[in-house]
Amino acid sequence: MDLSITLTINGAVRTIALDDPRVTLLDLLRERLELTGTKKGCDRGQCGACTVLVDGRRVNSCLALALSHDGADILTIEGVAHGDQLHPVQAAFIAHDGFQCGFCTPGQIMSAIGMIREAQLDNGSGDDPERVREAMSGNLCRCGAYIGITEAVLEAQRTMDEAGRRDAA
Amino acid sequence: MNRFEYARPTTLADAVAAGAVPGAAYLAAGTNLLDLMKGGVMRPGHLVDIGQLPGLDRIEWLGDGGVRIGALVRNAELARDAAFARRFPAVAEALLSGASAQLRNAATAGGNLLQRTRCAYFYDTASACNKRDPGAGCDAAGGENRLHAILGWSARCIATNPSDFCVPLVAFDAAVEVAGKNGRRDIPLEDFHLLPGTTPERETVLEPGELITALRLPAEAAGFAANARYLKIRERTSYAFAVVSAAAALRLEDGMIAEARIALGGVALKPWRARAAESVLAGARPDQTAFRRAAEAALADAKPSGDNAFKIELARRIVARALALAASGTPTRMPALPASPFSGAATHA
Repeated sequence: MDLSITLTINGAVRTIALDDPRVTLLDLLRERLELTGTKKGCDRGQCGACTVLVDGRRVNSCLALALSHDGADILTIEGVAHGDQLHPVQAAFIAHDGFQCGFCTPGQIMSAIGMIREAQLDNGSGDDPERVREAMSGNLCRCGAYIGITEAVLEAQRTMDEAGRRDAA
Repeated sequence: MNRFEYARPTTLADAVAAGAVPGAAYLAAGTNLLDLMKGGVMRPGHLVDIGQLPGLDRIEWLGDGGVRIGALVRNAELARDAAFARRFPAVAEALLSGASAQLRNAATAGGNLLQRTRCAYFYDTASACNKRDPGAGCDAAGGENRLHAILGWSARCIATNPSDFCVPLVAFDAAVEVAGKNGRRDIPLEDFHLLPGTTPERETVLEPGELITALRLPAEAAGFAANARYLKIRERTSYAFAVVSAAAALRLEDGMIAEARIALGGVALKPWRARAAESVLAGARPDQTAFRRAAEAALADAKPSGDNAFKIELARRIVARALALAASGTPTRMPALPASPFSGAATHA
């Protein structure tokens, strides 16, 4: 079988020839496309460091075969800022010290972006700290920056909800 | 990970033909299979990716009020479907108590039924496991087994089925639609998973090459919507498999229990329907005495398989608590911590 796939990655269409069907989406991004912002932590779906958005949904890229995602739209941490203008979730992580070593941060931020989108679909069900902690439980932080992460996600959500309302008005 | 041949058929006929090849495995999201392959626990020579099969990603309401859930419907998508969650709130709660948001966004309804046990000795290829290597022995017996089975286990295997989703499904008489080279058939979910007996390597009644195409819930299951809960004890607040769990649902008439549905998770190698406990409650007043009697009946045959006698009393309490929560009414909004016995600040005290 032809092992070439076409992906839209951070807005750019890429056609990629694979020489091995075992390549995960994570290894494709990091090792073949040099998008090393997405991190490999456990490589077994337990830590969330590899979180990316696939067609708008946050998933563990380590447990996804690249071949299965032919035609998908992928958003990674490299694609969330607009030039020097940080994504609201990135800005909130800085403002609230949502990290220490930073290794889990790209996955935390991608997961938070996915979470906020899910909460918007659910009419704002991510609006309290307990719901945020539950919704972010697939992202481990071994530095234990969870308090800052939770505050950052809550603030980013408020910022994005307000921006959404301004756009709708 | 072993090398494999990869195929991505676009028709069901091509898929079941490819799936019938010896050594073939179907791939949906892969959230369990790829993990097992990375660990060398599963080594399929052929992967048949069913992700492009048409029509398997739909939630369809049937003329009689039942629902058909396509095998490729993702866990989060099903739990988030407002009409589904309104009619089958305990199923939605079970889904949202499982795994992480990332995994729920990928994992499929059909794949959930085929996820393998999380027994650490099954995962560790250096350990003896009759399920992975028939006849090799069982290192879980005599090993770290406080989380292992208390119902339906055998000398060959004391593992448990890890699914949350299947627990309310079996309580509500779900059916599994499968397709194979000899055509299609329906299997009641209660008969789908096999207890270990002397052949723990055989986990379901699926024949080689048979593919799950959908699950069906009957209309009667929606009759419990006002009083249906799923309750799950975990060793951490979120993102953990059940130590024990229970689905409990009541149909109340004039303040009395007309019909009860009870199933347990984390206790056996299959989702465990507790029919004897349901019988205890039929016609009873919904009170603590009745719930405790039902809980006793549900665990009447339980036996520890190792350092896990505590799970028997824990399971009784979870059944009684789930029944009490169900009797007090399905919450109007999904709890912040789905299926948790804790809420709010107490969780992090």
